[in-house]
Parts: sequence; structure tokens; C-alpha cells
Amino acid sequence: MKGLPPVLITAVVLIAGFVLCAVQFPNIASTRVVGNLLTDSAFLGIVATGMTFVIISGGIDLSVGSVIGFTTVFVALAIERWGMPPLVAFVAILALSAAFGAAMGTVIHVFDLPPFIVTLAGMFLARGASFLLSTESVPITAPIYSTVSDFAVRMPGGGRLTAIAIIMLVIVIGGALLLQLTRFGANVYALGGSRATASLMGVAVGKMTVKIYMLSSLLAGIAGIVFSFYTSAGYSLSAVGVELDTIAAVVIGGTLLTGGQGSVIGTFLGVLIQGLIQTYINFDGTLSSWWTKIATGILLFAFIALQQGLVALARRPRTKSLGAAT
Amino acid sequence: MQNSLDPAAPLLEVRGISKSFGAVRALQEVDFTLRAGEIHALLGENGAGKSTLIKGVTGVFPRDAGIVRIGGEEIAPRSAKAAVAAGFATVYQEVNLLPNLSVAQNLFLDRQPMRFGIVRQGEMRRRAKALLADFGLDIDVAAPLGSYSVAVQHVTAIARAVDLSARVLILDEPTASLDRHEVEILFGIMRQLAKRGIGIVFVSHFLDQVYEISDRITVLRNGRLVGERETASLPRLDLIRMMLGRELAETTGARASAGEHKVRDICASFENYGKSGYVAPFNLELRHGEVVGLAGLLGSGRTETARLVFGAERADSGQARVEGAPVRLQSPRDGVRHGFGYCPEERKTEGIVAELTVRENIVLALQAKRGLHRPLSRREQDEIARRYVKMLDIRPTDPERPVGLLSGGNQQKVLLARWLATSPRLLVLDEPTRGIDVGAHAEIIRLIRELCDDGLSLLVISSELDEIVTYSDRVVVLRDRAHVEELAGEAIEVGNILAAIAADGAAAAHEVHP
Ligand SMILES: Nc1ncnc2c1ncn2[C@@H]1O[C@H](COP(=O)(O)OP(=O)(O)OP(=O)(O)O)[C@@H](O)[C@H]1O
Ligand SMILES: [Mg+2]
Repeated sequence: MKGLPPVLITAVVLIAGFVLCAVQFPNIASTRVVGNLLTDSAFLGIVATGMTFVIISGGIDLSVGSVIGFTTVFVALAIERWGMPPLVAFVAILALSAAFGAAMGTVIHVFDLPPFIVTLAGMFLARGASFLLSTESVPITAPIYSTVSDFAVRMPGGGRLTAIAIIMLVIVIGGALLLQLTRFGANVYALGGSRATASLMGVAVGKMTVKIYMLSSLLAGIAGIVFSFYTSAGYSLSAVGVELDTIAAVVIGGTLLTGGQGSVIGTFLGVLIQGLIQTYINFDGTLSSWWTKIATGILLFAFIALQQGLVALARRPRTKSLGAAT
Repeated sequence: MQNSLDPAAPLLEVRGISKSFGAVRALQEVDFTLRAGEIHALLGENGAGKSTLIKGVTGVFPRDAGIVRIGGEEIAPRSAKAAVAAGFATVYQEVNLLPNLSVAQNLFLDRQPMRFGIVRQGEMRRRAKALLADFGLDIDVAAPLGSYSVAVQHVTAIARAVDLSARVLILDEPTASLDRHEVEILFGIMRQLAKRGIGIVFVSHFLDQVYEISDRITVLRNGRLVGERETASLPRLDLIRMMLGRELAETTGARASAGEHKVRDICASFENYGKSGYVAPFNLELRHGEVVGLAGLLGSGRTETARLVFGAERADSGQARVEGAPVRLQSPRDGVRHGFGYCPEERKTEGIVAELTVRENIVLALQAKRGLHRPLSRREQDEIARRYVKMLDIRPTDPERPVGLLSGGNQQKVLLARWLATSPRLLVLDEPTRGIDVGAHAEIIRLIRELCDDGLSLLVISSELDEIVTYSDRVVVLRDRAHVEELAGEAIEVGNILAAIAADGAAAAHEVHP
């Protein structure tokens, strides 16, 4: 339940990083930059929220990047080639991705297969399907795209809180509430603790598994739509490797990769840390953007080491109290 | 016991239930009847099929044949959740709650108090606190369950089941990790529930407890029903005969051969050994071929002493010697290097690797001791596994079976075999007979004596004073985390031990299983 200490550490890293960046480039400390950071991280924040549920429940979802890619292509084709009204296209793709997630969840539960394998297959499937639809980038020119892109709430200091950033924030908050306050959320933690035990305690493990992967794919679908707003195009190669950025954000956010512990808020902070590194590199101008990956890698390593340390610490008093009980 | 339902129709009727796991026929056409308001003990040796019966009835796995009726109505639950809906509340043997969730979440998982789709955290904690208070437990229910002792976790699991207010409450070895006081509380609650007309199934290897609490007894043997009796009219020896299908070799009674031993060399000694705030410094000498019993109440420092001796905990004073040479015991590794072995009390949860086979589990410690660069050949492994399966009567005898598929008691025997296989010079056993049936109980005690004749030195912790008296050459009595008395020879008697334990207050005496 308690994702707190690691989350606090993530928060400290984020703030310290922000202060360091701001010392070097005072311009970073403006609502303008922060607004852009939120906009740039929007799609990652959305998928990562879903991934948090999956990982806390003890699973993993490698298909999310491909689902985002497929979504952008589908939406672009549906609107531009097949003449679907954009809203209909959105509903269709969300239904499709939710069904895709539910199917993966069902396979994982019914055949008792490792989520890693099943979602890896899902990843190839979705990516392959998007190539089938189209191999080239399809620009989207529907009016709703320019409307949404132009929409923004002005923040003091001239920053813009864009529509897609708002969507992301709503999803993050909604996800956090779902995880912390509802029975569904408690069951997610229970699954991560032990599937067998949760089942003996009366949790409908099968249904939960289906729902969790459905949620993840659904959020990946929404992230795909947001991504298409962000780029105003659909391209089958978009969001390649995003599943790994997502997992990194979740782990940096203090969620245990083995499940059972973590929080959506932590994940959100993890996403912001990655966004901050990218922003820093943009400001610097001389660094290759691959430095983002390197910095993320180092952070990831540090956080996993830290978690192992915390887990070991958490065990210690336990053995003591066991000894004392006898 | 009064009946709130029609006494003619039993509350729970199980007819002709069968279950096979591959070639193992775990249950064969077993009948079981539970009346409303009765406490019904389900007994049998390790592997007799008790847990399988419970799981088959509550739908944890599908049964091959048989029907289950509750209140006259036929049911076939397909999951633990469906069983709850049908009126069962069960604490399975492998207790298992979720250590990562808070105590309150564990108690109310999947049935939290809700308002507008949101869990009412405050209300849930309040109820959790009230529920645990009935069991004499006052703890922070918002803390993760894993931060509490095994006993607390066990009580939590029982409280959860009791609170389901089902018609049938099933407890599979609920008392294995509880102390006497907690057992009293549990029994009080069981009696209350029975008065309300709930039927309770109680599995235990503690026959004293069975006679204390149960109205009726059903005995299984090798997956078959042996019979159902009224507890009051079933003498203990008859019960044991029903369980074993033979007479029990007399084990309790006079101490077999202690005293006849010739005095041997000192194997390990501890001078002024202790750790502040853990166990007061003590002197302890362990000779080859000698059994030293550690007696005392729960929390008196028995397990703490064992952990210090093994190196699982670092001493901050005193000197340890092995065969006369000073040694430093900083970690369990050091202990193993000097030829010590330690079978902890929570072996059920700590030691077993469920996916590995019996053979692999048995050779685990030996392999670790030899180091990975000197692997045991398959032939040696087979040989070792076969020897211990035979010696400890582990059933089924197939060493290639994953340990997770064995019954609880047989899993414990496998763990004992693991340490024996390392041929230690000193073996520390914490409650070696817990969860082990009467037959195997006697075997283990005999085994302990035999091992000693081969020169092994044993330090045994047990709450069963009868037992300690049977096999110990010396008994160290602990109280309040200090060694207070050492008994040897003729002085080893249950009465003397109790007197030493209770020296500063007679009230404490009842905490030990007599
Ligand atoms: N899942 C399983 N797969 C294969 N065999 C099993 C499985 N569960 C139990 N068995 C076998 O069924 C038999 C009965 O086991 P069960 O657990 O019911 O015994 P028990 O009476 O509860 O014993 P104990 O007192 O040791 O707990 C044993 O031989 C065991 O090895
Ligand atoms: Mg059992």
C-alpha cells in the first residue's frame, strides 16, 4: 500500500533536478517551459498511468507503444481516407484497443502464460497491423485537430496549458483516485502481492487480469489519439520503444517491478523527470538527444538499486519481530 | 450444542467425494457430515487428505466425483469467491494473506465498506480495529501486514474468516503458530460461533486441543474415510489407532537412554554469549551426542538463543568455540561453515521452494555448503533423496514430485531432511514436531535419539514439555530472555521445568503446552 518513501525520493530528485536546470538556464523556471514540458509528456503520462496498474498487479505490458502507433495510423486513415467523423473514429479505436487489451488479459489468465510473452506477441501484432494499414505517414487535416491544438488555458507568466496536457492531468488524477480509493485499486495491489493468495481470499483474479490489461490498452489508445494531436499525423513507426520509456517512468516513480507496491503519482513524477531531462538537452542545444536515454538509464539503475535497499531494510525489522514473537 | 436449524438436515453434507492428482488418489469416496452448531475435528496423518477435502469442498480445485450439500441444497462452487457466497469461510493451511497490503485491507479485501464506489477507509479501519480487539489484538491496522509476526498474521487470517459470518467455518491447522493464550482466545470465539449455530471444521495435530474443543471427530487415512465418532466417547488411544491404522510405538514415558551415554567431547561452547536487548549473556556447552532442550514461554528467548548460536544474529558479548577453537559467528554462512544447521520455526513460509522437487529441496543446503563449483552428481542426489524419504517416511515417496504438491506436514519433513543431509555437527531445531502428525512425531523423536548416537549434537526448542523430557540430556529453561536454570539427569521432569518457568509467577505456567 505504502508507495510513499520511494515517491518522496522521486519528488526530491525532480525538484533538485529542476533547481539545477534552473540555475544553469534561468529561463527553465517559467510557466512557458513547464507548460511545454507537460504537453510534450502528455502521451507518456497517459500510457504510464495504465502501466502503473499493470506493474503493481505483478504484470507487464509491452504492447503499449505499438498500440499507440496503430492508433495514430487508424485515426489518420479513418478520418482522412475513410471519411469517418473524428469523434466516431476515436470511439472506434478506443473500443478496439480496449478489446485488444481484454484479449491479452484473457490469454494471460486462461492459459496461465507469462504477461511478458503475451504482451510481446501483442506488441508485434499491433505494430504489424499498423504497417498493414499504411507504411507512410498520413497527415491529418481535420478541423478538430487545429481547434484542439490551438486550445489552451493561459497560465500566469505566459505559459500555455494545452488541451492534451489537460487530458493527461485528468487521467493521472483519475488513475490515482481509482488506484487508491476503490475496491478495484485494492485488488490490483492484492494481485501484485500474490495471485494465488488473492484468489483464495475471494478476489476474482481472472476478471481483474482482464480489466487491468484492458485499462492499459485503453489508455494506450487514448495516448495514441493524443499523440496524433501532438504530431497531426498518423505513422506506423510512431512511438517505437515507448513501452520501455513507460516502464522506466513507472519504476523511477517508485513502483516495484515485481508488483504489489507503487503509485500513479510517483509514475507522473517519473514522467516529468524524463521530460525535464529532455528539456535540459533542448536548452543546452549541443547535446545529442540520446543523452535523454543515457540519463534515464542511469536514473533507472539508481532507483532499482535504491528499491532493493529499501526492500532489504523493510525485511529487517520483520525478522526481528518474528524472533521476538517466540 | 443447540441447533438453530432443523436437526434432521445436517448443515453440510459431503457424499462420495474423490480427487486424484495424476496417479495420487488423494481422496476416495469420502463422506463428511457437519451439523449446525458443532465443532468437528478433521484428523489424519500428514497426507491423509484433510486439506484436499477442504479444498475440494470449497471449490479451490474441481473434484472428480461427489456431491456437497449445504443446508440441504446442492452446491458446486468453482472458486474461493463462490464458496464464500455459498456460505463457507475458510482459513486454508497455507494461511496466506497479503503482506504488502495493510492489516485492514487484508481483513476486508473484496468486501470493504463502500460509499459511492469509494472505499470508506476510516470506517474500514475502525471495523478492523474492533474485529481484532475481539482476538485481544491491539495493533496499527493501517500498517502493512508483513511488518507483523507470523502469529499476528495468522490471527488476522482467522479474524477475516470469522467475520465473513458464514454458515460453515473451516480452519485448517489454525493453531500451528499460535501460543497458548491466543489458542484460548480462538477457542472462546469458536465456542461462541458454534452457539450461534455455525458449523466449524477444525484440523489440528494437537490432540489435546482436539479433545478440548471438538464435539465430534472424523478421521481420514490415505485418502479414505476411517470413521466418525463423538469426541467424548473416543479414547485417545483408539483415536490414534484410527489415524495410524496401527498401534503407536510407545514414546512418551521414561527417558529412553539418556544418562547411559558415555560423556563425549564438547562440540561447541558459548561463554558469556549474548546480545544486549536480545538475550542476556549465557553459558552453554553442547557435547557430541547430546540433546539439549530449550524450554520456556513464547518470547522467553528460546528462538533468540537459537539464532545467536547459529549466527543468524550477531552476539555483542562473549566467545563461541567449536571443537575448542574460538570462532566468530557473524552470519548464517559462518554457522553453516562451522557445521551448524538451523531449522527455523516458520519453515512453512521460509524454507520451502515449492516449485523444486523433493530431491532438489533436500540437496539444496548440502549443495550450498559444498559450493557451486563442486556440483553433486545426479546419482548422489538421487541416493541422498531416497535415503531421507525413507528415513523420515516422506509421502508420497516419489522424490521427483514438486514439494509444493506435498501435504503441509510432509513439506516440513523435507526441510528437516535438507539440514540432516548436510551432516551437521550441531543442529538447531525450532519446534521440530509442529504440524507433524502423531505417527511421524514419534518417528522424529526416535530419529533425534538415533542421530545423537551418531555423534550429532542437537539443540531443540519445543513447547511440548512431554517431548522435551523424553529426548533431552539436559534442559535449559529460559525466562524473560535469560537462561535461568539448567536441569540434567534425574532432575529433568515436566514438573521441574514448569517450576523453573513459573518461578516468578504461577500465572505464566499455563502458556506452555502441557
Ligand atoms: N496440488 C496437488 N497436486 C498433487 N498432489 C497433491 C496436491 N495437493 C495434495 N496432493 C497430495 O494429496 C495427498 C493429500 O494431501 P493433503 O494436503 O490433503 O494432506 P493433509 O491431510 O492435509 O496433510 P497435512 O497434515 O500434512 O497437512 C498428499 O499425498 C499430497 O501429496
Ligand atoms: Mg493439510
